[in-house]
Amino acid sequence: MAAKRTIRSIPQERTPVREQPPLERARNFVEVNLGYDASEAAREAQRCLFCADQPCVRGCPVSIDIPGFIRQICHEDHQGAYDTIARTNLLPAVCGRVCPQENQCEGVCTVGESLEPVAIGRLERYVGDLAIANDWARRPYISPTAYRVGIVGSGPAGMACAADLAKAGCQVTVFEALHLPGGVLRYGIPDFRLPGEVIDAEVANLEKLGVRFECNTVVGRLFTIEQMLEDLGFDAVFIGTGAGYPTMLGIPGDSLGGVLSANELLTRANLMQARDFPVHDTPIPLGKQVAVVGAGNTAMDAMRVCLRLGAEQVHCIYRRSRTEAPARAEEVHHAEQEGIEFHWLTNPVAVLDDGAGNVRAMRCVHMELGEPDDSGRRRPVPIPGSEFEFPCDQVVFAIGTNANPIIGQTSRLTLNRWGYLQTDDDLATSIDGVFAGGDIVTGAATVIEAMGAGRTAAAGIVRHLGIRDVRRRYDDGEERIFGIAAHERGHARVREVAALL
Amino acid sequence: MQNPAAKQNSGANDSAPSTAGHWASAFPIVEREDISAVTFSLTVRHPLMAKAARPGQFVIVMSHAEGERIPLTIADFDAAAGTITLVIQAVGKSTREMQRLCQVGTSLHGIAGPLGIPTPIEASTRSGAPPTIVCVGGGLGVAPVYPQARAWHDAGARVMGVLGFRNRNLVFWENKFRDVCDELILCTDDGSAGTQGMVTDGLRLALEAHPETSEVIAIGPPVMMRACAEVTRPHGIRTSVSLNPIMVDGTGMCGGCRVRVGGEVKFACVDGPDFDAHLVDFDDLASRLRRYGEEEADAMAQWETVCRRAEHTQADSLASALPDARG
Repeated sequence: MAAKRTIRSIPQERTPVREQPPLERARNFVEVNLGYDASEAAREAQRCLFCADQPCVRGCPVSIDIPGFIRQICHEDHQGAYDTIARTNLLPAVCGRVCPQENQCEGVCTVGESLEPVAIGRLERYVGDLAIANDWARRPYISPTAYRVGIVGSGPAGMACAADLAKAGCQVTVFEALHLPGGVLRYGIPDFRLPGEVIDAEVANLEKLGVRFECNTVVGRLFTIEQMLEDLGFDAVFIGTGAGYPTMLGIPGDSLGGVLSANELLTRANLMQARDFPVHDTPIPLGKQVAVVGAGNTAMDAMRVCLRLGAEQVHCIYRRSRTEAPARAEEVHHAEQEGIEFHWLTNPVAVLDDGAGNVRAMRCVHMELGEPDDSGRRRPVPIPGSEFEFPCDQVVFAIGTNANPIIGQTSRLTLNRWGYLQTDDDLATSIDGVFAGGDIVTGAATVIEAMGAGRTAAAGIVRHLGIRDVRRRYDDGEERIFGIAAHERGHARVREVAALL
Repeated sequence: MQNPAAKQNSGANDSAPSTAGHWASAFPIVEREDISAVTFSLTVRHPLMAKAARPGQFVIVMSHAEGERIPLTIADFDAAAGTITLVIQAVGKSTREMQRLCQVGTSLHGIAGPLGIPTPIEASTRSGAPPTIVCVGGGLGVAPVYPQARAWHDAGARVMGVLGFRNRNLVFWENKFRDVCDELILCTDDGSAGTQGMVTDGLRLALEAHPETSEVIAIGPPVMMRACAEVTRPHGIRTSVSLNPIMVDGTGMCGGCRVRVGGEVKFACVDGPDFDAHLVDFDDLASRLRRYGEEEADAMAQWETVCRRAEHTQADSLASALPDARG
């Protein structure tokens, strides 16, 4: 490589990404962010300093070798870059799109101390999209271990866990309750942020590793976790069922016709393709004046979907101020560009009936910020006498989700007081051989955190089953040993010696 | 439709989850019965589900990839045969389409379940005597009440069946009920079979004959279930109804099926679908069921147009093929 890069020698400006114009895209479901092309990616890769302490790697929940793959982009070794990423992250095209990089890798990037950080997410996506377009998935021959692992839920946690266990030689079956795999990637995140074809490609990659997907299978009802171990012959189980049980506000009028949860709206629009009604059979309520309550990423998705479905005006109603909004800054910005109206420090107290069981308006109250609460955010307090009527004909609640009760109802797994599964540091639950991770353990979090949990649990399952050093041989002759961390190796020998004695 | 033979595992070979279905797989229909002009039953092979199903549970069905997910109560299940049976009334686009396309040899695109909490079946009352149960089914509700009647009968209870239909042509499963009921009251609105009157009249007769009745189970249209609740309320007899709100996923994920019971919001798919009839807010249920009236009508109209066009095209191509055939 040429002279060592310095903060002065690199391109000072972050390479912008091409996007559909806001007012055009607000009416279609085509992806907003068009991604980098080859020259843009090459230019942005020039901005990495390859600094010695690599804070970005520590900032990534799955510790991708970020400088490593960026260096390969600089050398135009794109397939090599994909292999580097795929070593720790099987879903780069997904994560490059949906990770909150500003709080992760990009948030701690050294360049970011004086300039805009390196656009790591966009580069990761560029490589991931190239891999899908060119079918770069590497199909190693993996020596089988004869262990069978069942995975409950095909969202990001289940997919990440399935990938690692397949590479460890296990025969993996993923059970999904809905009719298509992907979990929140499928039903939650709309096509204009994450196209369905990207999910299909990532699922196909897992199938090439030998992972089987069984949809229409509601574990806990069709068979229980206990039955998976006792009757169905699974040696271990991973539960990644997410936190998909929506919270309703519990205010008067919240069961009126035009009131629904963001989960229902997004499931109808994304999973069931209701936007193509009646080509697809699932209908969707179409409001003209839509009020979405909440300001997380789910709220942003719900609002932008409503716009694209043809709403005249979409409003965001949030009880705190913009600073406290949990959504990614980029998402709020996109929503604003598309013409969504934000009403900060506003809280609904009732939904009002039009006399026919539908929504006429919401009764709202203005709020002010008081003392910080447990979460460290300033608590919103209603301003007395500030109630007013907010006209709207559809209300969407995007105020969070809880643990789904089905697994809790039907197994003897220990739950915490909020109904989430109790696990130890290895993500093992109270039943021997059953592990859990993602939102069903932590409550609603991010895609990449769920993937990190899936990988931690896979490592735990590998140790639990006592799988050692699985050989993987790639088409190009390269061989890699998958298995236990270096410090575990000695431990294994001690156990083997003990067994011999 | 998919090749039905592809996934036909035998009922005995159900230890591995091989029948649950790959995400592109299908569930074969092995039997169909046309009960009336608008009502039909489908028996679907699904050994794992046949083994897991309990009275009171339901499934979510998708008939094809572009279809919607519709909830249907499990009307019968046979663990030995590895099948479950659904009774369907062709009332809208999806069910009319199923009536037309779901034949023996075809497959459903998806069927998920058994869903919901099973009905608790207790072998005896507090005094130790066998309980007396009245099972009321109205119209299509006759089908889902059948597994409940059978389970109570098998548990040793005295079972009274009250079945209501509009007229004698719509009567079905009378013999199945006779096998599991100690007494059966059949009512028709026009008196063309059994007693003339509504199911509520039949229920009143059953309660007069059996004041010791410990529980009433009523399944049917919301107005009928509400009317039954009002019949039993003054007697203080525990009454359970199976609610049928609009559902999407059926697994507690969307809250589309929320209902008000005793002032609380419940999700029928995971907290029900059975609830205490005396606590259910039926007005709320009815208003939520009307939500998609316009869209349902649109879908129906559009589909009928497509069907008519397809018939015309078929007729045209037949007509144009005929001279050739003669030639």
